[in-house]
Amino acid sequence: MAEVAGGGQPEAEAAELRERLRGVKHTVVVLSGKGGVGKSTFSALLAHGLAADGGRQVALLDVDICGPSIPKMMGLEGEQVHQSGSGWSPVYVEENLGVMSVGFLLSSPDDAVIWRGPKKNGLIKQFLRDVDWGEVDYLIVDTPPGTSDEHLSIVQYLSASHIDGAVIITTPQEVSLQDVRKEINFCHKVKVPIIGVVENMSGFICPKCKKESQIFPPTTGGAEKMCQNLNVSLLGKVPLDPQIGRSCDRGQSFLSEVPDSPAASSYRNIIQRVQEYCDQHRPQEEKTI
Amino acid sequence: MEEAAAAERNNLGGVRYILLVLSGKGGVGKSTISTELALSLRHSGKKVGILDVDLCGPSIPRMFKVQDSDVHQCDAGWVPVFVDQEKSISLMSIGFLLEKPDDAVVWRGPKKNALIKQFVADVAWGELDFLIVDTPPGTSDEHISTVEALRPYKPLGAILVTTPQAVSVGDVRRELTFCKKTGLRVLGIVENMSGFVCPHCSECTNIFSKGGGEELAKHAGVPFLGSVPLDPQLSQSLEDGRDFIQEFPKSSAFPALTRIAQQILDGVSQGSS
Ligand SMILES: Nc1ncnc2c1ncn2[C@@H]1O[C@H](COP(=O)(O)OP(=O)(O)OP(=O)(O)O)[C@@H](O)[C@H]1O
Ligand SMILES: [Mg+2]
Ligand SMILES: [Zn+2]
Repeated sequence: MAEVAGGGQPEAEAAELRERLRGVKHTVVVLSGKGGVGKSTFSALLAHGLAADGGRQVALLDVDICGPSIPKMMGLEGEQVHQSGSGWSPVYVEENLGVMSVGFLLSSPDDAVIWRGPKKNGLIKQFLRDVDWGEVDYLIVDTPPGTSDEHLSIVQYLSASHIDGAVIITTPQEVSLQDVRKEINFCHKVKVPIIGVVENMSGFICPKCKKESQIFPPTTGGAEKMCQNLNVSLLGKVPLDPQIGRSCDRGQSFLSEVPDSPAASSYRNIIQRVQEYCDQHRPQEEKTI
Repeated sequence: MEEAAAAERNNLGGVRYILLVLSGKGGVGKSTISTELALSLRHSGKKVGILDVDLCGPSIPRMFKVQDSDVHQCDAGWVPVFVDQEKSISLMSIGFLLEKPDDAVVWRGPKKNALIKQFVADVAWGELDFLIVDTPPGTSDEHISTVEALRPYKPLGAILVTTPQAVSVGDVRRELTFCKKTGLRVLGIVENMSGFVCPHCSECTNIFSKGGGEELAKHAGVPFLGSVPLDPQLSQSLEDGRDFIQEFPKSSAFPALTRIAQQILDGVSQGSS
C-alpha cells in the first residue's frame, strides 16, 4: 500500500537543494508512529545536548506544519523569521543553535494551518531550499506523527544531500508499538537507516514514596522486545518525569535545569549514542575526497 | 447511474448523531475518549459506531480487540466490524483493510482523501444512535476531507481533547480555529491525563501539569466536559481491549468518562425536546 515518491524529482531542483545543504554535515530525522510520545521533546533536547559544548553548529528544523511545538519548547514563541539577502534566516537560541518552524510564520498562537498535503510539501521544500542554514554540523528534523506527506517530502528533498539516519520514539505500550512497527517499515521502504529506538515515558517514580508505576504498561514486552524482534538498536529508556514537561512549557532545557535526574542522564546517554553513530557514518563527500 | 446508486445508498441515513473527536496534538487520548465514549453510550442502551479516519496509525481495532477482523462487502457497501453479539458497537478502520498489521500506509493527501470519502459513503452502518469519528492529530487532509464529506449529514459537533500542559493546549487553540473556520460546533473540551494518583501512597502528581484544558474552555467560551486522570487501569484495559466501563467502575478515570457521555446524552435530549 505504498505510494513512495522520490526519483521523480527534477534534476535542477535536486541540484538547488544539494547546493543549499552543502554545508550540512549530519542529518538526523526524529520519527514516531504515534502522536504525543515525545518526539519534539527529544528533538529539542538532542539539539540542546549537541550544542552544549559550544563547538558544534546545530540546526533544528520543525516540519510539523499543523502542530508546531518547537518554538514554545525552545523558548522562542512569538519570534518571527527574518528575510536576508541569502534567504530566510533561522531564529537563534544560542549563536550555535538555529531553529526553523512554521510557528515563526504565524501571526497569532490561535492561527491554524489548515493545509492539505501539497501546500505542506511546498513549505517543507522552502525550509530546505530558502533558509540560510550556513555551515551546520548537525541538522535535526522534528516531524509530525505518521507516514504521510511530511515524511515522504523530507526524505525526498533530503535525498539530494544525505540523511545519517532516523531516531524513532515510542512509549512502552502496544497501542504505540503497533504504530512504531509501521514507522520502521516506512524507513525500510524509503531506505532511511535507523539509528535506533528510544522508549519514552517508561515508568513513573512517585516523588513521595519513590515507588514505580507503569502508567503506559509494556504489555507486549515494550520497545526492548520489539527491537530484538526487528533487529534494531534500543538507544535507551527515559522515565516519565513531570519536570520534563514543565521545562518544555517554559522553553528551557531540561538537561541544564535538572541535570542530575535519572531522565537527564538517560537523555545524555542517548544523545551520546546518536553522536557516535553519526561520527561513524561520515558524510559521503568526505569519503569520496 | 453510479451516482444515483450512491445517493440511493445513503448509508448514513439511519444515523441520528454524528460527532467528531479532535485534537491538535497527538497521543492526548482521542482514541481512548472515542472508545470509552462508545462503551459508555452502549451502557446507556445506545447503538454506536466508530469511524476511525486515522489512516497512518489506527488504534481503534486494537482497543476493541478486533484487530484480526476483516470487513466484508455487501450490496450497500462495506459491512462494519461488530464488537459484540448484540451488534451494539460497530467499527470501521483502515486497520481492517491491511494485509499485514505492520504494513505502513505511506500515502500522500489525495489518496487519503479518496479513502475517507469512501469511508463516509460506503459503510453500511444501519441504524445507529451515535457515530463517533476518531481522527489523527492535526488540521490537515484527513480533517478537511472528513468534515467536507460529513457536511451534508449535519454532524452534531466536535469534542476536543487535550492534555493539561501548555504545549498541548496551544495545539487545541489551533483546533478551535479549525472548528470555527469549518463551521463545526464545539461540543466541549476534555482535559485528559490530568493528575496521577500513586497506587502505592495515594499522592497525586500532576505529571502533565493541570488545569490547562479548563482554562482554555473558559477563555474560548465553550463547555468544559471534565478532567480524566491518568489511570493505569485505563491504559491496561485498552491494551487488552476490555470493556473498562463495565469492568472498572471503581477506578479513578471512571466517573469522569461516564460524565462525558452523560453530558452528550443530556445535550441531545435537550436539543430534540
Ligand atoms: N486517562 C488516561 N490514563 C491512562 N492512560 C491513558 C489515558 N488516556 C490515554 N491513555 C493512554 O495513552 C495512550 C495514548 O492515547 P490514545 O491512543 O487514545 O491517544 P490519541 O490522541 O488517539 O493518539 P494519536 O494522536 O496517536 O491518535 C494510549 O496508550 C492510552 O491507553
Ligand atoms: Mg488515535
Ligand atoms: Zn507514591
